[in-house]
Amino acid sequence: MILLFLSSGLFLGWSLGANDAANIFGTAVATRMVRFKTAAITSGFFVIAGAVLAGGGATRTLGQLGSVNAMAGAFMVALAAALAVLWMTRAGLPVSVSQAIVGGIIGWNLFTGSPTSIDSLVKIVSTWVICPLLSAVFAAGLYVLARAVTQRSRMHLLAEDAMTRAALMAVGAFGAFSLGANNISNVMGVFVSAIPASSVHLFGFLHVSSDQQLFALGGIAIAIGIFTYSYRVMITVGKGLFRLTPVTALVVILSESLVLFLFASESLEAWLISRGLPSIPLVPVSSSQAVIGAVVGIALVKGGRNLDLRLFRRIAGGWVATPIIAASIAFFGLFFLQNVFDLPVHRPVVYELSDAGIERLRERGVDDEGLAELGGVAFKSARGLTGVLREKTSLGMIDRDVVVDCARRERFVVTRKRIDTLDLKLLTVGQIRALRDITGQEFNYWWELESTLTRESDQWAMLPDTRDNHPANKKLRSNLRQLLDAFRTVDTDD
Amino acid sequence: MANLFARTRLLESKIDEYLNHTSEVGLLFREAMKNFLDGRLDEFEERRGKVCDLENHADELRREVERQLYIETLIPESRGDVLGLLEQTDDVINHVKHALMQVSVENPDIPDELGESYLELADYGSRAVQELVMGVRAFFRNTAAVPDHAHKVAFWEKEADKVAERLKRRIFQLNIDLSHKIQLGDFVMHVDSIADQAEDVSERLSISTIKRSI
Repeated sequence: MILLFLSSGLFLGWSLGANDAANIFGTAVATRMVRFKTAAITSGFFVIAGAVLAGGGATRTLGQLGSVNAMAGAFMVALAAALAVLWMTRAGLPVSVSQAIVGGIIGWNLFTGSPTSIDSLVKIVSTWVICPLLSAVFAAGLYVLARAVTQRSRMHLLAEDAMTRAALMAVGAFGAFSLGANNISNVMGVFVSAIPASSVHLFGFLHVSSDQQLFALGGIAIAIGIFTYSYRVMITVGKGLFRLTPVTALVVILSESLVLFLFASESLEAWLISRGLPSIPLVPVSSSQAVIGAVVGIALVKGGRNLDLRLFRRIAGGWVATPIIAASIAFFGLFFLQNVFDLPVHRPVVYELSDAGIERLRERGVDDEGLAELGGVAFKSARGLTGVLREKTSLGMIDRDVVVDCARRERFVVTRKRIDTLDLKLLTVGQIRALRDITGQEFNYWWELESTLTRESDQWAMLPDTRDNHPANKKLRSNLRQLLDAFRTVDTDD
Repeated sequence: MANLFARTRLLESKIDEYLNHTSEVGLLFREAMKNFLDGRLDEFEERRGKVCDLENHADELRREVERQLYIETLIPESRGDVLGLLEQTDDVINHVKHALMQVSVENPDIPDELGESYLELADYGSRAVQELVMGVRAFFRNTAAVPDHAHKVAFWEKEADKVAERLKRRIFQLNIDLSHKIQLGDFVMHVDSIADQAEDVSERLSISTIKRSI
């Protein structure tokens, strides 16, 4: 049954492999600089490596946007995205799986009345503008650099060709790794909250978390997409869309790979923060956007000639249309699944403010007289609670999101069995001890579990919100999320 | 990958050798013409024989380069241009060989007053070939320098045309048989064709350079 529901995600992975992966080696294969077989094997291998080893970063942002908490729902979200991608591909527009999956999640949120995190949405949508712009800036800079280097080095055409081939392979592998790391969340991100998988130990020492198992599966689907269907797309990208020389093709691939890496690398984010530099949000971005940004960047440096503005407008229009189409398909598809097949497309969540919750909100500066009236009142959806909050309180949009998050009532049961499924290597000794001390306890709100743990050990407590503490707090939040996913219990569980 | 770089270097040396041959053929042409006009026919034939040998070897080199470029799918984007350039450059060598063969076969009786102009014409042709070879070398290593060489090829071709026209007018003003005039006129065309052919290659070279500029 799980595999059946996962099939839409795998379908999406396949189409991502057939389309997005084609962007990486497309120009290299189309210009016959790299053989298709070599390109397919290299990108397939590195996509899987990137997905499994570095796929976590961008997933969390998608998870924040909306937690698709039922398998049938996740199935429909991925299917809606895959269909939107297919539709766009048929229209001859470069595919953007990122937009499609975000659209699908919003469609699920709208259908189920779940909250859409405005903060995360703004973060994601802003990167859809930043990503091509950044890629264009990188490409323009690298193009000028490459031109200067090739002119000054006076390298023989044949030596330049050999160097370009070697560089295309190396950068292509890096690009495939970054694509796997960044885009795996598009394929498997929605299943992370919905599929109950536990960690396994391979060969007795290799720990593979539940997320990594899903990501490996998604990575394989992407790799199959590359092998089976990407050749045609590669030729289209490399010859039909843009006519590039091998060196400019290399500049495009390098810029695209750098952008994908920037938006997926957790270690780079930590490095930037530790040096007091502004960090880059870890958000799944589109390789198509990055490629088009890079080509436009080069075209502008070359004086803007041969830049087909009509085509560019069409492509940009496709980027706007994709999430809307995916959201619509998801919304109607979920309606169909729920009412025709009688499948649960979401796990109902009750929103109810407890007295402790109101107190907690007050401590955090979210205070309104109207909140007290809502104490103990249960709402069937976040939308219902938000509506009442809008009516009865003067809270702003962000504060309303905080209240909704605090009112989300779920059951968390801490059992020894579930503690054993956790990736304990990520936790400190004090944190593990605190966990063992609360074994057997149950909680109705996520923050109850968090405050209990904080009381047991200060190693579970968030540090003051300073720039230096950012990486530590981020890790703590990630660990807490791991706990919540493991301890969350629905009536059918256990 | 190291293997690819080694093969690339071997191919580079073959292309360089081919261009050396082309350059040498250009220089030999001028010297052979000088020998002929000076009446030193043995030296003329010796240089003509050298041109034939170089032409044969250049053909072999060109075929090897072509084969290797195809088999190893090297420079796929510029391959057509490179092969076209090498083939057209080979035509320059063929023109030199043909012109010298015509001289050898016909052994035209060149009036003394025209000797210097013929030599001047051969000299301009030879200079055009030298500039062309430098232009082709620049195409491989330093595209920014190609327009400069192409410009000089065009310059020597124009100078050769001026001399050729002047020479033909003078030939037909001479008091000699019409058949002799026609033979000398044809001979002018053969010598002048070297610079013309060099200019044709140079034009192709300029287009290929624009395509190559990243």
